[in-house]
Amino acid sequence: MEKLVARRYWWFLFSLLMILPGMYFMLLHPLVTTGKFAFGLRPSIDFSGGALWELRFADKAPGEISDEAVAAVFAAQGFDNAQVRMSQVELEGRQVADAIVRTRPLSETNPREETAAVEAALQAEFGTVTRERLESVGPTVSQESTRSAIIAVVVATLIILLYLTWAFRKAPHPVRYGICAILAMIHDVLVVLGIAAIFSTFNQRFEVDALFLTALLTILSFSVHDTIVVFDRIRENLINRHPAETFDNVVNHSIVQTLPRSINTQLTTFFTLTALLLFGGETIQNFVLIMLIGLVSGTYSSIFNAAQLLVVWEHREWRRWFGRGGSSADERSAAPAN
Amino acid sequence: MRNRELISLILIALVTALALWINLVPSQTFLGRDVSFRLGLDLQGGIQVLLRSTDPETTPDEMETARRVIERRVNALGVGETVVQLAGNDRLIVELPGVENPEQAIDTLRGTGRLEFIDSQGQFLAPGTVVRTSNSPNPPQLSATEGVTETVDPATLGPIYQSITDGADLDTSSVQPTISQTGVASRPAVSFTFRGESATRLAQFTASNIGQPMCIVLDNRIVSCPVVDAALTDGSGVITTNTVEDRDAILNQLKYGALPVPLVVETTRSITATLGQESVQASIVAGTVGLVVVALFMILFYRFPGVLATLALIIYTLISFAIYRFVPITLTLPGIAGFVLSIGLAVDANVLIFARLREEYRRGRDIRRALELGFEESWPAIRDSSVSTLITCAVLFVFGSNFGVSIIQGFALTLGLGILISLFTAVVVTRTFLRLAAPLFREDRAWLFGIDRRESLAAPPAGPKVV
Repeated sequence: MEKLVARRYWWFLFSLLMILPGMYFMLLHPLVTTGKFAFGLRPSIDFSGGALWELRFADKAPGEISDEAVAAVFAAQGFDNAQVRMSQVELEGRQVADAIVRTRPLSETNPREETAAVEAALQAEFGTVTRERLESVGPTVSQESTRSAIIAVVVATLIILLYLTWAFRKAPHPVRYGICAILAMIHDVLVVLGIAAIFSTFNQRFEVDALFLTALLTILSFSVHDTIVVFDRIRENLINRHPAETFDNVVNHSIVQTLPRSINTQLTTFFTLTALLLFGGETIQNFVLIMLIGLVSGTYSSIFNAAQLLVVWEHREWRRWFGRGGSSADERSAAPAN
Repeated sequence: MRNRELISLILIALVTALALWINLVPSQTFLGRDVSFRLGLDLQGGIQVLLRSTDPETTPDEMETARRVIERRVNALGVGETVVQLAGNDRLIVELPGVENPEQAIDTLRGTGRLEFIDSQGQFLAPGTVVRTSNSPNPPQLSATEGVTETVDPATLGPIYQSITDGADLDTSSVQPTISQTGVASRPAVSFTFRGESATRLAQFTASNIGQPMCIVLDNRIVSCPVVDAALTDGSGVITTNTVEDRDAILNQLKYGALPVPLVVETTRSITATLGQESVQASIVAGTVGLVVVALFMILFYRFPGVLATLALIIYTLISFAIYRFVPITLTLPGIAGFVLSIGLAVDANVLIFARLREEYRRGRDIRRALELGFEESWPAIRDSSVSTLITCAVLFVFGSNFGVSIIQGFALTLGLGILISLFTAVVVTRTFLRLAAPLFREDRAWLFGIDRRESLAAPPAGPKVV
């Protein structure tokens, strides 16, 4: 526990290892595989418009129906390029086939005729079909949602900045503390976005929807607050420090003091989220998963990034990063002093 | 001191009793209010649609009329907890929970209900054909469909038939269900009467066209083309249908007047009761497991104070449920997730307080002093964390006022409410309990409080704290 600060570059390396694969799938993977630049996140119909159907085939066992067969039925009814994801669901004690189908939005003037036609065609092909869920979002509504999502992110960021300014109004270096807290926040955003990009690439059922954004914003508020608690302790201990104590020592000591608190408060939230993930049903699974990942990342970043960055800043270590070989030896010789 | 605790305890007992009453009252009513849980469409099944006027020059008055007409049609369906509300300048939100055939219901609701007689130029037009009439030459059924943006050549849409009557002249009070007798077969039908100019024109037309067909058109769709037997001088007519359901749909559309503007379905969400029921069960399991795990953790880790915190958590749950029932707050799946998450946050404050209490006790303070300091010194952290989460909830709530992402509002609401209630239970309730329990504390029973002075030797040296 005494070397939490001394090992700071290990923590940064770990963060980097968590972020880089996600960034690859977010920014480069679509370029590498398709040759065209695109964000590696799959937006849901909330933001890109379209219709989402959930169908259950009571007469068919899982695996009996192929994605293509369902897509063909949709195409015959005027829904070209339907994206079908088959899975299974338990119905009255046995497993039956279940499909989630994403198509263009329903017609605005006669949606009922379209759904009736599709259902009749599916019945003819696969036997009993129940349409458990159908959401259709028109282009105007999805554009409005996207616009207000951007506004929500901007407003939330501004409020967090205001909150940080207020929280560090009495600190000796408010800008320094603020920037380190923001860097930790960016770390969390990158971790979550990166993991979402990996999910988008490999899990057909993962989509970035309104709830994803909700999870992200909720996490940010938790994470920033966590950072503030650690920073508060550092500030407090700096005021009362012994003359012999180095800055590194004070930070290390403050982290150790706040560690039980950080871990225990996150643990209770962690338990409830895990319960939701395991038992809460499929509809909110992605939401809860993102929340959990963000929660862990937020706790990590406040302890292992934000506070450590303060030390980096205190020593202005970046002057050594790109210097000649001798500089890293300085750092190593400085470490035992901690 | 003792007095203050007693007052707090009485207050807590009262609030808890009230919450228990609201939650357990068998009649599900409190102060004349229905206090059963309100479940959102995603939990009980149903449909939610966003209707938009296709007329670009729709006035607020027209939308308000449209809302009232739709509301009366919705009420006639006889399903509970419906919503019909204006959204912006040209939109209406309609929610129908627990409807058997939701798409059919929405179709009936948004049907303009414009009834016309047209001069079919001596033709018998097949029922169901979409026609253009002089009063409504561009029906939405014939205009561009999804994805087709080029303007349709008007000539390909077919002729415009002369309207004899105007839908606005329909006497809505005259619209009645009836039975149409044709020979031996009797079929459900709807009788109606036109007033004013339309009645005069109908009389003139029928008088000069005896023996000719004349078509009845509802929302640009041919209903039937009866042959004129005699002049219709009183402006009345009958629509014959095949089933009672068809008759009721037409009756519903005509009886509450025509919509002043045509409406299209911009967004729709429907879910079956089966799927909703599955979600409810999943949520109950997740909530119970979450609650039990958190309670176990608190008791194992903090022992006696943990038991008190668990008691406070139970009170928290009771108050939350009572508020959901009384306000009422409609529970959705994300809303329940917000509540379950808030269980974790509700004990957050307790964790902060107990951690501080241990720290102060190890520093050699006596239990009462450590207790008071624990509450005092952890308050800024509790306040800050609550405020920052509340602000996020507020941002999310405003963001969720957009129809497309309204699912967020339930989460923001239950989470925000949870923060506020937990401030009461985690601070006031736990503090009162702990103060009352403080006399039970003895040095040799320190393990009960999960605190031990001897650990202080191992703890890092700490200077005086200023928070």
